[in-house]
Amino acid sequence: MAAEREPPPLGDGKPTDFEDLEDGEDLFTSTVSTLESSPSSPEPASLPAEDISANSNGPKPAEVVLDDDREDLFAEATEEVSLDSPEREPILSSEPSPAVTPVTPTTLIAPRIESKSMSAPVIFDRSREEIEEAANGDIFDIEIGVSDPEKVGDGMNAYMAYRVTTKTSLSMFSKSEFSVKRRFSDFLGLHSKLASKYLHVGYIVPPAPEKSIVGMTKVKVGKEDSSSTEFVEKRRAALERYLQRTVKHPTLLQDPDLRQFLESSELPRAVNTQALSGAGILRMVNKAADAVNKMTIKMNESDAWFEEKQQQFENLDQQLRKLHVSVEALVCHRKELSANTAAFAKSAAMLGNSEDHTALSRALSQLAEVEEKIDQLHQEQAFADFYMFSELLSDYIRLIAAVKGVFDHRMKCWQKWEDAQITLLKKREAEAKMMVANKPDKIQQAKNEIREWEAKVQQGERDFEQISKTIRKEVGRFEKERVKDFKTVIIKYLESLVQTQQQLIKYWEAFLPEAKAIA
Amino acid sequence: EEIHMPETSPPPQPSCASVDLQGDSSLQVEISDAVSERDKVKFTVQTKSCLPHFAQTEFSVVRQHEEFIWLHDAYVENEEYAGLIIPPAPPRPDFEASREKLQKLGEGDSSVTREEFAKMKQELEAEYLAIFKKTVAMHEVFLQRLAAHPTLRRDHNFFVFLEYGQDLSVRGKNRKELLGGFLRNIVKSADEALITGMSGLKEVDDFFEHERTFLLEYHTRIRDACLRADRVMRAHKCLADDYIPISAALSSLGTQEVNQLRTSFLKLAELFERLRKLEGRVASDEDLKLSDMLRYYMRDSQAAKDLLYRRLRALADYENANKALDKARTRNREVRPAESHQQLCCQRFERLSDSAKQELMDFKSRRVSSFRKNLIELAELELKHAKASTLILRNTLVALKGEP
Repeated sequence: MAAEREPPPLGDGKPTDFEDLEDGEDLFTSTVSTLESSPSSPEPASLPAEDISANSNGPKPAEVVLDDDREDLFAEATEEVSLDSPEREPILSSEPSPAVTPVTPTTLIAPRIESKSMSAPVIFDRSREEIEEAANGDIFDIEIGVSDPEKVGDGMNAYMAYRVTTKTSLSMFSKSEFSVKRRFSDFLGLHSKLASKYLHVGYIVPPAPEKSIVGMTKVKVGKEDSSSTEFVEKRRAALERYLQRTVKHPTLLQDPDLRQFLESSELPRAVNTQALSGAGILRMVNKAADAVNKMTIKMNESDAWFEEKQQQFENLDQQLRKLHVSVEALVCHRKELSANTAAFAKSAAMLGNSEDHTALSRALSQLAEVEEKIDQLHQEQAFADFYMFSELLSDYIRLIAAVKGVFDHRMKCWQKWEDAQITLLKKREAEAKMMVANKPDKIQQAKNEIREWEAKVQQGERDFEQISKTIRKEVGRFEKERVKDFKTVIIKYLESLVQTQQQLIKYWEAFLPEAKAIA
Repeated sequence: EEIHMPETSPPPQPSCASVDLQGDSSLQVEISDAVSERDKVKFTVQTKSCLPHFAQTEFSVVRQHEEFIWLHDAYVENEEYAGLIIPPAPPRPDFEASREKLQKLGEGDSSVTREEFAKMKQELEAEYLAIFKKTVAMHEVFLQRLAAHPTLRRDHNFFVFLEYGQDLSVRGKNRKELLGGFLRNIVKSADEALITGMSGLKEVDDFFEHERTFLLEYHTRIRDACLRADRVMRAHKCLADDYIPISAALSSLGTQEVNQLRTSFLKLAELFERLRKLEGRVASDEDLKLSDMLRYYMRDSQAAKDLLYRRLRALADYENANKALDKARTRNREVRPAESHQQLCCQRFERLSDSAKQELMDFKSRRVSSFRKNLIELAELELKHAKASTLILRNTLVALKGEP
């Protein structure tokens, strides 16, 4: 078995060698081939020219390069973007950076453009991202809010509709502020579409919030108790975070499905997201099959970076899970403390009523009031514990699952390439046999097949290198986001703890003179 | 397995009883040492006294819990003290729960790191020590109240308890105690009927009528408040313990990270460790200043209720004696014994009423000053801890925000 066979060398086969090659040439072929392999069909884009003119996009594209982006082609280059595609225009004019001069695509890539299966966003992404990096920084001027959960319908067919409000100055959108009504399955549908387009080429697509049959049934059945309000609130907040993460992704932001989700008043219902639907079950089966396959792929990892990163994410996953469990316990106990404090407050009030010494009676009533307020504080703190700390952790546990998924896709890509090489070898052997047996028509056929498989091998290699490159970039972006996310939330959470303590000080300071007044 | 209480002088006065020993040096009692063995605690009771009754001016004996109970029961059963509030007996030392927890910890949970284990063990040991200190304090305050009371301190059994070097051989009393307890409960329900006015006994004194209604309600409510305060304290303790695995997980996260989150996580781990200690102190202060105080006055108010029962029984006896006298007079038989019996009952009732009145007033002032002291201390401690928490939180925030 030629299973261990190395990919045909390009230099020494490492992605770093890309830097030695003609930027433009390599860019095109790999980009285009990636386009061909994607299933969706947005409008084809014109590809950036290989002729890279002077940088008119602003200085220092390399500023935002992270360690992991060392191999990023674009770090050194700036690219012109063609204005051929109508979708391009809004993106460009929204940039504060100087206008980009249109460049017609060269003939090198012309034949490829014909294929309508290109996924424009991939290219959009590169240029845009690079434009943004050039302009130094996150200029994602878009804010998403999910609010006003409203029950629609009755009984088991009822559902919750959420208002999705977008505020943005990006001109890819027709208005600067708009809102639509969406239901949970719409969100799942969006994620499904994005995942199917971008996951297998290496993009870390943020996962949608989880389904909950139990939670939702309670809401449908109309239980107006606190647990279903809590459930709805939890879901609303999760949906908001999901959308915010999704729009923060430069590539996904430009996806037409995302735009449609945010903007269109009517959205075709995503039916395949139902928990027990046929499609749902098929997805589960596929996932299981994937898992099995993953175990049998023995990839010859030529790049230590990937191994390292996978290990890092594995460790991170474990630790986050552990922390999450502990924080959930904290939330639970704080809620208990709150309930117990409330009960004590009541009994202190009763005791105060019984007490026949006037000043002591008053002090006890004051104590009861203080304890009641403290109960409120505990409740608010438990809220913060959960929505800031606990949910952050659970979001990242699921995000890391998406990251792992992307690494898995790379392995599958490698496997595909590997398989193509094996088949090519077989075809060559077959040809050799035909030569010996001297059957001219069969020889021709064999030669054709060889050509076909040679192309597939090349494609496989390009795909693999492309996904590897994308993943490196994505991981860099993801880590950057993660650091920011955690720091922001940690600070917010600590501030909530400070707030609680300050309130405590206020309450006890007010009580102290009352206690001293007991005579 | 032995835990010795360090021999410091003098052990901290339990604040719940507010026993005023100022200026009364004729009889000073304290528990100078205590040893916890497998299933019992041995208290060293030290007495300093210049009273002529005692052979020495300073001496100590070793006593166990049952001997304290014997002394308490002796007071309760003594007719001479019927008109007094007998200081409530100290509760039995109970380390069961704490021991169980320590044992469970020892049996091990492999998912816990060594550091976490050490911290949890530390917490449990501190808890054990706290329970131990409390039981010592409870036993001590019982003796100190007796020593401070002008009448009770002169009791012969008290002297024996303080001075007699040998065992008081009261442990064999167990079965008797059990029986006694059973009988006591029956008597108690009869008392309840008396005190709740169901017996049809007419109360002649407004003061006592008020005290009766007051104490009945007060006792129930303070018992409730005590139970709920306990739950708050335990929930607080639980919360503090939660910080242990959180701190440990943050520490692991920090050591694994290669980016700026490393310092953030490590600082956060440190923060939670310090918050844990503060939360633990809040819990233990709530325990001492609130729970324990409420518990003590729950017992003391029960002792006051017992006094009221005794007085009411005396009143019942008096009324019955009156009726018997009337009957004797109408039949004109055995009038003299009936007369003297009635007089005795009357005197007894009046004696009890007088002393009970004083006792109940003392109870009130004791209660008020104790609540005052503890509530002030509670508020001051809560403030102290909240300020300390704010400080460490703010420091951490500054450190985190200051990073790139």
